[in-house]
Amino acid sequence: MEAYLETLFFETYKIVFLILPVLTAVALVVWLDRRVWAFVQKRRGPNVVGPFGLFQSLADALKYIFKEIIIPATSNKIIFILAPIVTMTLALIAWAVIPFGENLVLADLNVGILYIFAVSSLGVYGIIMGGWASNSKYPFFGSIRSAAQMVSYEVSIGVIIINVLLCVGSLNLTDIVLAQSEMWFILPLFPMFVIFFISALAETNRPPFDLPEAEAELVAGYQTEYSGMMYAMFWLGEYANILLMCAIGSILFLGGWLPPLDIYPLNILPSPIWIILKMTFLFILFALVKAIVPRYRYDQLMRLGWKIFLPFSLFYVVLTSSFLLYFDLLPMN
Amino acid sequence: MIIHSIFFYIFSLIAIVSAIMVTVSRNTVHSVFFLILDFVSISCLFIMGGAEFLGMIMLIVYVGAVAVLFLFVVMMLNVTQQENEWFQSKKSKAKSSSHIPIGFLISTIIFFELIIVIGGWKLKPELSESFNLSVNNDLTNTHQIGYVLYTDYIHLFQISGMILLVSMIGAIVLTYRKKEGLKRQSYIKQISRDRSSGVEALEVEKNKGVSIDV
Repeated sequence: MEAYLETLFFETYKIVFLILPVLTAVALVVWLDRRVWAFVQKRRGPNVVGPFGLFQSLADALKYIFKEIIIPATSNKIIFILAPIVTMTLALIAWAVIPFGENLVLADLNVGILYIFAVSSLGVYGIIMGGWASNSKYPFFGSIRSAAQMVSYEVSIGVIIINVLLCVGSLNLTDIVLAQSEMWFILPLFPMFVIFFISALAETNRPPFDLPEAEAELVAGYQTEYSGMMYAMFWLGEYANILLMCAIGSILFLGGWLPPLDIYPLNILPSPIWIILKMTFLFILFALVKAIVPRYRYDQLMRLGWKIFLPFSLFYVVLTSSFLLYFDLLPMN
Repeated sequence: MIIHSIFFYIFSLIAIVSAIMVTVSRNTVHSVFFLILDFVSISCLFIMGGAEFLGMIMLIVYVGAVAVLFLFVVMMLNVTQQENEWFQSKKSKAKSSSHIPIGFLISTIIFFELIIVIGGWKLKPELSESFNLSVNNDLTNTHQIGYVLYTDYIHLFQISGMILLVSMIGAIVLTYRKKEGLKRQSYIKQISRDRSSGVEALEVEKNKGVSIDV
């Protein structure tokens, strides 16, 4: 029992030291998103609170905490309250398997990539629950759109992951990163990286695929009836998911914590720095897309997912596997 | 080890209770949420048993895809109307509706069938030998499933894939309807239009107008 308590304490300690940086990063990323957005439009963005406006998200969070939480009278109260909790929890538990270094990972699962895929496919429940429990038309439309969109793009993300797994021969995220020590997968699988990036935009309901919360037609989609801290939890969960997608993108295609070249000035930097740099790079791309691309129409979105991405990535699976088979490069163990 | 069994009982208790709640709860959407909880706790049991691949696939396929579709369909139903129909039939003003005896009959038949099947259950001697198969512990169970699925059971695997494909095509054929008079967007047409075919300058006579054929 004592040994168990010791393990419990040690694991809790590790979890706290994973979640605190993740939440801080989420707050910073919200600020970065707004700053990049502003710079594209030749504005300054949030620059008042703290140095460069870094504490803006903190101030926003404080504001949300002190706001009143309004629960609509006709809503289904339990599910209404449960929805933001589910979103937030699912956005955070996926971080358990993200490796930040050779042995710097909370849970080194054999099926790490499947775990992340499963958790991100569960993310749709928070949105469906929120939309349905609000018992109001706009949230319901938003949640139905969102569910259809997330389910469609998950399929193409799954096929893209198969492409990477063919080159690795393991579902473990550490193995996936170590397999890229010779060459990052972005070089042989560049088309897959582009499709992954676009699918990640759609999966996290980011512009140009932010139809679920299209403010011009649906007010704010599934979040319409939420206020105060419950709204903030949806918001935090969304940004944690975006950051997670950046982490997955850098692990699958950009070599995770590995430096670009294994030479002196580059490999002296600690490994977490590299993965954080790569995630920041991907996130700035996300933010730029938000600023410069107009919103898609719903039928165009569905057409892109099912008629272009899915066939193309399936074709690329065939291409990758026949290439690996022909040149006898299949990973065996 | 004690902790392990405590967690096992917690998950199995959640699985059983939520399975009961699926059938008992009156709100259909609640039933689907309990079904999801059931799936999740069963996949936790899989993972506790060392079958992490099966557990994850369970989560991805059942919770991530199948249950979302369930939820889609159920949310479209008018729940209040349905409750009235099922539990207090409007026409006869009787307390129980006509669905309950039929449901009771079917469940009794299934119950006796299960008793017959389980009562006459005998394992083949060859089957019980396969339980003692030496398992290569160096391989993850993803690899092990792959080795069995794509070698010994490749035909069954492909047949099940074909069945799924046929049912998918069938579902599409059944629901696809070609509507007349629907204006569809053709991307090739749109892109290949140029100024000469798209724009035309017309002399319009006063008080007469012109007719344009689109």
